[in-house]
Amino acid sequence: MAALGDPAAATRAPGDEEGGARSGADLTLEHVTKEFGAFTAVDDLELTIPSGSFFALLGPSGCGKTTTLRMVAGLEHPTSGRVLIGGRDVTRTRAHERPVNTVFQSYALFPHLSVVENVAFGLRRRRAPDPLGKARDALELVELPHLADRRPAQLSGGQQQRVALARAIVNNPAVLLLDEPLGALDLKLRRQMQVELKRIQTEVGLTFVHVTHDQEEAMTMADTVAVMNAGRIEQMGSPAELYELPRTAFVANFLGQSNLLRGTVVENGAATLGVDVDGRRVRVPTARSVSTTGTVLVGVRPEKLHLLRAGDQAPESCNVLGPGRVTDVSFSGVSTQYQVHVPGLGTLGVFVQNILGGAGAALGEEVHLACAIKHTFALDGAEDATSGAVRLDARDV
Amino acid sequence: MSAPTARVGVGPVGPGPASGPRVPTTRRQGRPWRLGDAVVPLFAALAFLYLLVPIAYTVAFSFNDAGRSNLVWRGFTLANWANPCGAPQVCEALGNSLKVGVIATVVSTALGTLIALALVRYRFRGRALANLLVFLPMSTPEVVLGAALLAQFLSLRVNPGFGTVVAAHVMFCISFVVVTVKARVASLDPRLEEAAADLYSSPWQAFWRVTFPLLVPGILAAALLAFSLSFDDFIITNFNSGSFTTFPKFVYVSATRGIPPQANVIGSAMFALALLLVVSVQLVSVARRRRR
Amino acid sequence: MSIVAALGHGPGNGPAPAPVRRARGGAYLLLAPGLAYLGLFFVVPVVALLATSLYVPVPGGDVGQFQPAFEWANYTRALATYWPQMVRSFAYALIATLAALVIAYPMAYVIAVRARGRVFLQGMLLVLVIAPFFTSFILRTVAWKQILADESFVVAAMRAVSLLPPDGRLTATSFAVVAGLTYNFLPFMTLPIYASLERLDPRLVEAGADLYANGPTTFWRVTLPLSMPGVVSGTLLTFIPASGDYVNSVLLGNNTTTMIGQVVDSRFFKVSDYPTAAALSVVLMVAILLLVTAYVRRSGTEELL
Repeated sequence: MAALGDPAAATRAPGDEEGGARSGADLTLEHVTKEFGAFTAVDDLELTIPSGSFFALLGPSGCGKTTTLRMVAGLEHPTSGRVLIGGRDVTRTRAHERPVNTVFQSYALFPHLSVVENVAFGLRRRRAPDPLGKARDALELVELPHLADRRPAQLSGGQQQRVALARAIVNNPAVLLLDEPLGALDLKLRRQMQVELKRIQTEVGLTFVHVTHDQEEAMTMADTVAVMNAGRIEQMGSPAELYELPRTAFVANFLGQSNLLRGTVVENGAATLGVDVDGRRVRVPTARSVSTTGTVLVGVRPEKLHLLRAGDQAPESCNVLGPGRVTDVSFSGVSTQYQVHVPGLGTLGVFVQNILGGAGAALGEEVHLACAIKHTFALDGAEDATSGAVRLDARDV
Repeated sequence: MSAPTARVGVGPVGPGPASGPRVPTTRRQGRPWRLGDAVVPLFAALAFLYLLVPIAYTVAFSFNDAGRSNLVWRGFTLANWANPCGAPQVCEALGNSLKVGVIATVVSTALGTLIALALVRYRFRGRALANLLVFLPMSTPEVVLGAALLAQFLSLRVNPGFGTVVAAHVMFCISFVVVTVKARVASLDPRLEEAAADLYSSPWQAFWRVTFPLLVPGILAAALLAFSLSFDDFIITNFNSGSFTTFPKFVYVSATRGIPPQANVIGSAMFALALLLVVSVQLVSVARRRRR
Repeated sequence: MSIVAALGHGPGNGPAPAPVRRARGGAYLLLAPGLAYLGLFFVVPVVALLATSLYVPVPGGDVGQFQPAFEWANYTRALATYWPQMVRSFAYALIATLAALVIAYPMAYVIAVRARGRVFLQGMLLVLVIAPFFTSFILRTVAWKQILADESFVVAAMRAVSLLPPDGRLTATSFAVVAGLTYNFLPFMTLPIYASLERLDPRLVEAGADLYANGPTTFWRVTLPLSMPGVVSGTLLTFIPASGDYVNSVLLGNNTTTMIGQVVDSRFFKVSDYPTAAALSVVLMVAILLLVTAYVRRSGTEELL
């Protein structure tokens, strides 16, 4: 924050004359619904984002995440429900009246203004003292002070992205919105910017709300991730929580990969459930089960499965599946991904870390699959086991 | 989405890779030369010649020591250029054309720009009708527009003259302004206005600080087009001018008796002026691009 | 390019469609002055024209005095007398449009495709195309009249190589009129075609070549279809004004090349026969609107503006 000076001395947004320090205000959405004609983009959304957090809204295209962001920015208005920033109801205010700034997906830098004038734009509108000085400080923060007098068209994509970030941050907004800010960058630059964004967020301490369809990006940067699907939040929590214990098939498939096997609960113990999966008995911790009776989806992440070759011993307290046959092997250096077809269960994915080196199971080899009981989870059996999974014909945007 | 940004700074008459991705030239390197490669440029060169011959003729005959009739070459002189207003009425007609052109340009550019903004930025009831109303004057031959206006002025017993000519010119320029500015508005990233709103600009401020500056090249281009259409119009003017004379009308009327060489001087001077303007804009934009 | 922008319709391939805005009266406020103007000086005059076309002479009145009526016979009489001029106008305009297309396309192609990437060359060639706009078109037409005059060296040369019979001439022929029309509207044809060729992604042509199409085939199957929007607007911008023009037929033709615009002009000014002139104008306008609508439908470019 040093580069920006004392945050308390920073200028205030219109409507914030009472003078409270705005950096990092809570953002609350109460029963927010947005309809476009017959289409419901956002469906009765309830959400509170604590101040100073890095929050990610993750979901596929059309899930309503961008509409949610635009409603916070004031570029769309909810059909019903309320938007509160720092406890103040801003539902009826327009974009320029809200203490919120956005880093747009396409950056939306003003092509007719120099870089420094782009950054100073918001300060000038609010008649903040010394807009150019503050703008240069903000460019310092994103490490681009030497490009202050260039036009946006003369910058690379990564540089434009940083200018867009500086232009938003310099206003010291209560909430900073990032709309797929890294989508236009190539993979290497994206990695670099992820680290950079996280550093800047820690440095300025603002509330960041980050919208993305890239699960890796969301997990790398955010403290809290909300997975959205069809206008609703499926599950919200820390990245590790979401990954280790997904509560819906959509989350299990969209966030990483999962093997989901349909079965019926036949034994309802206090610590574990006994589930019958195509005639085999599988145990799942009761605490890790969404549903404890009837049909369930038993899930396990591919890297939690072990390949047992002929003669291998199954580890302690494991579920063992199989035998199955290896139908595909793809080696990627750090790990090997196997597809194993188990009659009656279908094809399961297995990741094996390349710790030992040397050859693993061969194509066509008969193997068993083992998985620690504590790593399995169970979902509601009424769900579609393929919900949220990657399909080749689906658009990746 | 930096495509639109790349366009800024290219003047109204810059050749500009107006749109689309910038891609390498299609010069086919390392391919054997074929006869076909030369045929098209050769044909185009002939077409350019066709286009330019009468202009060269007009310029050449501005130096003709013509006396009364400027039909045959009588020898070189600078006298016509030294005294361009030497022939009766030539400069009066030119002055009238400039006056009409400037007023028609200002009014039609203002009205047309507003229509263009409405048509691109809003969806409203009657939009198709508005589009049609803009399109119709462009798809009506000048003689019909001239006759219709004259029929109206006759029935209202308005005497044709300066006022009626200006009114007519504004009318046929509006549509062309709308089309020109519309293209520019459509190429603007609507997110720029959203970004302005996000950065505390009221809609009014967003328009003047962001939208308008970005529209300026399109508006200038439209104004230039309107002026050249007005300045060169003959048929509609002829119907609605009464005894008021513009430059094209002067040339047309004197064509039967022989056009004084001073008219060629004025035509050539306008040509040189416009050429100078366009070429210098051209050079500036090329230089600017090189610097990048 | 100013005029390119004006004439090259087609979707400006801008970044994204503009957001659809609820009209809070804003649109109507923006439209009101301009559309009111067009209403007053386009719609009302056209209505006045329709009314005038049905007038009858005031009984016993002077020449040029008419009174309101519904004299539909004005139309039949006007058409019965002047159908040859009407047909001739459309025929000349059609030939001139086709000739302009054949001449303009290679020009546009050279500027847009062959000169692509060479910014200065491209700019200069474009300046040459719009150069005619900088001199009065009447001056240029008069220049043609003198270049093609009987005593000019062009005619002398053509007679010498027997391209023309010894008493053959170039002015005062329908050939001269059509050549004049072609010449005058050539930039209006070239610029829209240039605009659509310029937008064309050369990688599409490369893809055509990659898929085993030879040069001409790629042109016919890829380049030409993609430049159709430019061809459509170019032909319209040539055909419409050409069919109503009379400057070329007056300056370059004779009394057997009279076009309909000339008739309208002389009915108005020489004999003050306003109803006939108005009726002919209405017929011309309606005929062109029908032709344009059919043409646009056929070519599939519905969104013209």
